[in-house]
Amino acid sequence: MEALIFYFFGSVLLLAGIGVIIARNPVHSAMSLVLAFVTSAFLWMLLEAEFLAIVLVLVYVGAVMVLFLFVVMMLDVNVERNRAGFTRYAPLGIGLVMLIVGMLGYVVWARTQEMNFLQAPPRAAADFSNTEALGSQLYTVYVYPFELAAVILLVAIVAAISLTMRRRPGLKVQDVARQVAVRREDRVRIVSMESDKES
Amino acid sequence: MITVSHYLTLSSVLFILSIAGIFLNRKNVILLLMCIELMLLAVNFNFITLSRFLGDAAGQVFVFFILTVAAAESAIGLAILVVLFRSRKNIEVESLDSMKG
Repeated sequence: MEALIFYFFGSVLLLAGIGVIIARNPVHSAMSLVLAFVTSAFLWMLLEAEFLAIVLVLVYVGAVMVLFLFVVMMLDVNVERNRAGFTRYAPLGIGLVMLIVGMLGYVVWARTQEMNFLQAPPRAAADFSNTEALGSQLYTVYVYPFELAAVILLVAIVAAISLTMRRRPGLKVQDVARQVAVRREDRVRIVSMESDKES
Repeated sequence: MITVSHYLTLSSVLFILSIAGIFLNRKNVILLLMCIELMLLAVNFNFITLSRFLGDAAGQVFVFFILTVAAAESAIGLAILVVLFRSRKNIEVESLDSMKG
C-alpha cells in the first residue's frame, strides 16, 4: 500500500515537474507547480511530516503561488518572443545536466546498499502529534533562529512594499507636518476698516 | 518496500529537472523563479526523508526555516520583477544589461 502511494504520487510529481519546465504558457507552468506542491505534500504525509505538509499547502499553494499567478497575469509577457532561442543553450544545458546526473547517481544509485542500512523506524502511534514534537524543538533549541526567521519575514514585507509603492504626481494628500507647524500669521489677516454707517 | 534510496532518487530527479528548466527557459525571469522554487522543494524533500529515516526532528525544523526564507525570497523577487516591468515593459533576461556586467 505504501509502495502504491509512493509510486503514484511520485510519478505525478515528476510529471508536474516536467510540466513546469516545458509549458509554453507561464500560467500553465504555475498550475503545474501547484500540482507538484500538492503531491509532494501527500508524500511528506507518507514520511510522517504532517505539520510541514499542511504548511506547504497553506503557505506555498495558498500564498506564494497565488502571488506568482497574480504577477504572471498582471505582466502580460510576450510568450512567443520568450520561446525564441529555446534550443540555443541546449547542448550546454544537456552537458551540465548529465554531469549532475552522474554525480547524484553515483551517490544515490551506486551506493544503494550502504544507504539501505538506514531502516525506517516503525510508524508512530495514532495519538503522536508531529506538531507538538516540532514545536517542542522549535521553541526550545531553535528559539533564536525562530526569531531571526521572523525578522527575515519583516524585512521581506518592508522591502516588497517599499519597492512596489509609487507616488503618483498630482495626488492630493495631507502633509501633517505642515498642518501642525502652521502659525496664526500664515492664515489670519486682520484688516482694519471703517464700519459702514447707515445714512 | 520503500527505502531511503527511493525517496532520494525522487528528489534527485526533481532537482535535475529544475536545473534543466533553468537552462531551457533562460529568457523568462518568472520561470526561472519557479524553477528555483522547484529546486527548494527537492532540497526540502531530502531533509524530510532523512529526518524520518534518522529519527531526528531537527531536519523538519530546518525545512521550516527554508520555507520561511523561500517565501521571503519569492516575495522580494516578484516585487523586483514588477518594478522592472514598469520601467522596461518586458522581463527578458537578455535586456537586463544596463550595468554592462
